[in-house]
Amino acid sequence: MGWWENVGGGAWGGVGVGGGGTAQRSPMSPSTSPTPDSAVLLIPNQRAEIERAENMLLEAMAARNYPDAARFAVRLALEESLVNAFRHGHRDLPADTPVRVEFAVDDQRVELSIEDQGPGFKPDDVPDPTLDENLERPTGRGLLLMRAYMARVEYIGRGNRVEMTYLRPPPRAASGAGPAA
Amino acid sequence: MATGSSRLRVKHERDITQVEFVDRNILDEANIQQIGEEIAALIDASKEPKLLINFASVDHLSSAALGTLITINNKMKARKGQLRLANIDPQIYEVFKITKLDRLFSIHDNAEAALASFT
Repeated sequence: MGWWENVGGGAWGGVGVGGGGTAQRSPMSPSTSPTPDSAVLLIPNQRAEIERAENMLLEAMAARNYPDAARFAVRLALEESLVNAFRHGHRDLPADTPVRVEFAVDDQRVELSIEDQGPGFKPDDVPDPTLDENLERPTGRGLLLMRAYMARVEYIGRGNRVEMTYLRPPPRAASGAGPAA
Repeated sequence: MATGSSRLRVKHERDITQVEFVDRNILDEANIQQIGEEIAALIDASKEPKLLINFASVDHLSSAALGTLITINNKMKARKGQLRLANIDPQIYEVFKITKLDRLFSIHDNAEAALASFT
């Protein structure tokens, strides 16, 4: 089960280490805010938990009127980073080892941080999947997609934490709100 | 309707196998693996397979799903089969473009165009 605790307001910080059991929003979260702008979540590799976290983030974006293309982009980046965390970062760790996800949404941007407990990842080690000789390789596209859709993708520390920023596109460019590439 | 827990809807018409997805989101790793296995079984069932994968019902997919599509494509090539993709949502088509997989796959606007392209 996931451990959840929302962090009210827009600031980063605070670690959700609430009790296990049912994965629902902490009673400590502000009762006036049904869609919190930020949260710290510890997510095990279970589909229902991943979707619950995604839905929290997508609802926070919807509450601030981010367009569908923006939510597509952020969801994709979160999916890809979680796949990397569980499949690669936690390869040699117990199956129930959680990944720590933080998000913060305001009117201009969405900030994401995904931290696994693995040995770290060197983005430069990933071969360019768009080269002709790599086009038929079935893996290695997650990072490419994260970078295409996010304004910032940065690996921190030993490479077990990735921070990403999505910037709301200018209103005029709303129809092109997808990838930055 | 899908029977049992199949992740696919499958239709055989003439010598062409058409596949649609049960799931709107092709993100779950276990589902993606199952989809790969089910399509591999369809390919294995035909001598020179002709396969149309229809994305009409799909809203979202991940790079893991792209990986499975590539594995399917490689298997089709090895079997001298013909693979076509159709009805890809514009947002998902953008994912194919970013990854340059629009060059690898034969992608058509709709099922009719894809069906007409089989030789």
